[in-house]
Amino acid sequence: MLRHRRLNYRLTHQLTDCDFDFNRKGPVRPVFPFSAIVGQEAMKRAILLATVDPAIGGVLILGHRGTAKSTVVRALPALLPSMAVVEGCRYGCAPDAGGSACVDCRAQLAAGERLRASKVPVPVVDLPLGATEDRVVGALDLERALTRGEKAFEPGLLARAHRGFLYVDEINLLEDHLVDLLLDVAATGENVVEREGISIRHPARFVLVGSGNPEEGDLRPQLLDRFGLSCEVSTVNEVAQRIEVVRRRDAFDRDPEGFVAQWAEEDGKVRRHLERARKRVHDVAVPDAVLARAAELCTRLGTDGLRGELSLLRASRAWAALEGKKEVTLEHLRAIAPEALRHRLRRNPLDDVGSTARVLRAIADCYGA
Amino acid sequence: MRGDDVDTRGVTVAALLAVDPLGLGGALVRAPSPDHARRWVSRLAALLPEGAPVRRLPVTIGDDRLLGGLDLAATLAASRPVEERGVLASAHGGVVVLPMAERASSGLVSRLSAVLDSGRVMTPRSFGTGAPAELLLIAIDEGEPDEPVLAALADRLAFHHIVGDTPSDALLTRAEVLTARAALKQVTMDPAMPGAVVQVALAHGVDSMRAMVFAVRAARAAAALDGRTRVSPEDLELACALVIGPRATRIPADDPLPPPPPSEPPPPPDADTPPEEPAEGDHDVRELDDLTVEVMAAVLPAALLAMQDRRDRQAAASSGKAGAERATQQRGRRVGTRRGDPRSGGRLDVLETVRAAAPWQEVRRRLVPSASRTSLQIRPDDFRLRRYVERNGTTVIFVVDASGSSALNRLAEAKGAVELLLGESYARRDLVSLIAFRGKTADVLLAPTRAIAAAKRALAALPGGGGTPLATAIDVAREQALLARRSGQEAAVVFLTDARANVARDGSGGRPLAEQDALASARAFTTMSVPAILLDTSPRPSAFAATLAEAMRARYVPLPNSDARAISHAVRGSGVLPGGAGA
Repeated sequence: MLRHRRLNYRLTHQLTDCDFDFNRKGPVRPVFPFSAIVGQEAMKRAILLATVDPAIGGVLILGHRGTAKSTVVRALPALLPSMAVVEGCRYGCAPDAGGSACVDCRAQLAAGERLRASKVPVPVVDLPLGATEDRVVGALDLERALTRGEKAFEPGLLARAHRGFLYVDEINLLEDHLVDLLLDVAATGENVVEREGISIRHPARFVLVGSGNPEEGDLRPQLLDRFGLSCEVSTVNEVAQRIEVVRRRDAFDRDPEGFVAQWAEEDGKVRRHLERARKRVHDVAVPDAVLARAAELCTRLGTDGLRGELSLLRASRAWAALEGKKEVTLEHLRAIAPEALRHRLRRNPLDDVGSTARVLRAIADCYGA
Repeated sequence: MRGDDVDTRGVTVAALLAVDPLGLGGALVRAPSPDHARRWVSRLAALLPEGAPVRRLPVTIGDDRLLGGLDLAATLAASRPVEERGVLASAHGGVVVLPMAERASSGLVSRLSAVLDSGRVMTPRSFGTGAPAELLLIAIDEGEPDEPVLAALADRLAFHHIVGDTPSDALLTRAEVLTARAALKQVTMDPAMPGAVVQVALAHGVDSMRAMVFAVRAARAAAALDGRTRVSPEDLELACALVIGPRATRIPADDPLPPPPPSEPPPPPDADTPPEEPAEGDHDVRELDDLTVEVMAAVLPAALLAMQDRRDRQAAASSGKAGAERATQQRGRRVGTRRGDPRSGGRLDVLETVRAAAPWQEVRRRLVPSASRTSLQIRPDDFRLRRYVERNGTTVIFVVDASGSSALNRLAEAKGAVELLLGESYARRDLVSLIAFRGKTADVLLAPTRAIAAAKRALAALPGGGGTPLATAIDVAREQALLARRSGQEAAVVFLTDARANVARDGSGGRPLAEQDALASARAFTTMSVPAILLDTSPRPSAFAATLAEAMRARYVPLPNSDARAISHAVRGSGVLPGGAGA
């Protein structure tokens, strides 16, 4: 029965695919390589850290248009090894997920079936502005309801982002209730759907990457501190750097394949570092002295709750792992603190003193003492 | 083909787009009439390969038509899911025209941006890579000058062009364009040229990296179009003029290019004090030119912005206009559906209705065996109506008097007052907009925005000096309130002025005429039924300010003197503060 359902699912999807694409399924355009992005080191680092340890939480990128925000995010899949998924699983479960797998996979396991695995690239899912809640969380599967009178669940974007990244450009313009929902799911790693008579929960662990231009509107302050890291990006200022951006972009546009090949080695280096860090991050030691400093820093800045401290420690650990170190040092802590803390400060909307400056001042105080 | 006037330039723009559609994205055009735009688009289509599709995109298009989705009729008829191709996918290799681009929602813009970036469209249901959608987007801006097309879209379109009369004689043929397209890959350029583009862009105050990349691409396309394999300096100049020029926010001192008039943000309104300055009542204005006063703390009655005060609301309701707009169930943002009877006047949501009926089809067929197997059985209970909410957010329009008299009097405190109110607006998630008036004009310094920081900056940099064109200011405020209404917002206006009007509508000086004009503008203002407050910033509450507020049906609040700071506690909450002790 189960197998039958899965087969049917696959069939209908093949059907829709060819209905839709006819014979014009062109090749997917290559993406601009991560290591060819000029400057923007803080943003690149924040994204890499969240990749090393997804428990850090989402990344919020604030900056003007044309600061390579989406280029960085879209370059990510090429950096990550493809992942194993259970063939036909609509939620992209890992074959070894065990208890945290979706209902379908667990049912198969319980029935004593072997899960067949296949390799797919790590998903980076775009959430467009104005997406309906239906599309995001999933809804009644209309196809199956219509054609077979079955009440079944059609997974949404959250299911597609499982084990990967969910990217929301202009998150500051997204409706507040949707942002709330995204952060909830990102924090719990599970999407719970109770609607239209459907009651289902499925795993949805992803790194939420939100970007926005603060000039076009602020994110609700309550939502800010639910992101693990935040970075403020600005257009590269140096003329030489800008020229390099234009040159590389031009070279890429003229010959995408050649350009990607040219940067393959650099990308490979980043990929190896990333892979090593992902393996080792949980073995990196955090000395008591570092813990104490982190606590002191958070107290000094008056960040509410433990979220800031946790993110700060996890991010420092990930940074140490990425640098190939076995132990977190105060240097790591200091380097990461602005990204981990600046969006958690109590803010006066009219205060001009940037949060970054306040964090830096607190760090100086803390270390000076 | 190198055009000096707008008409031939339009042809050049079309040809460049046709040569490198993927690299250039499209164009944002304004046209004197829809006919001009239509002719230009057909000229563009004539340069694209034979059979290239041209699709029009209504700004209200839904996701199912835009991206594609389940074709309900076909699905029901065939009893199997039939996917319908959306407008974007069906325009692959061709042109998508977006009329009234200024009305496009941020949701539509973000979908279009994603398609322009990736060249593919993802349907709500497609897992995997989606369908190819490599297209040229022609966004037609038909809005008022103050109603900008969403910047995210404008940034992704290489050319911002004002279409004129399309010349009747064909300057270029499709074959030429296609030859150029094939040769595009071979075009090389001097390695110093990208640097030159960056320099030109920065000199013109253009910050967008996309614009710089577009200029380089356009230069290549121009060379290919001319049959050369190397970009010449003239190509680069043409590309900069077409791509950077319309985006320019400033004109460099020694200008290598003749830039078209800047079309994007309005120039900062400094240094436009008219030479024949009308005499200010008791101050020498000339000494006060461009006096930037600092922001000072001000005392304000608490919760001044709670403008939906009973009186205002009654006024709005009695006029009927604003009230009626809110009452409609068919405008505004869609927020899902509700069960209901479509005969009650709501709009039926077919998809949701079918969705509600779907799970019960098997059961109903069993219950009514006579009914056909393929037809859908819908019961009244299944009907779903679309629910809309009017965006009942408020745009607070600050109208700040920056004239000479005001600068001397209380401009600093007025700025402080605006800051306090801005803080309040921030808490309420209002949009704010800022109009300043002095000399002969009233300028919109800041289009409605939620970014309080931007408002604060604009305010701090606001210089004082010049006459008081109060009538013009009221007119501009009215226009802005209208614009806000049109975008579904409620408007509220806060005037900060000493009401010493001395510049009439036509720019001539003289107090009596100026006051007469101001009262006339104020009466016109009342037709909008926009809640308004007039904060009198003069040292003594003036009779004319009170009269003016009355004429506008605005609440009149004399800004308490700084001496009043001490007693502000005592009077807080009383609503209207008594006037200051006088100077």
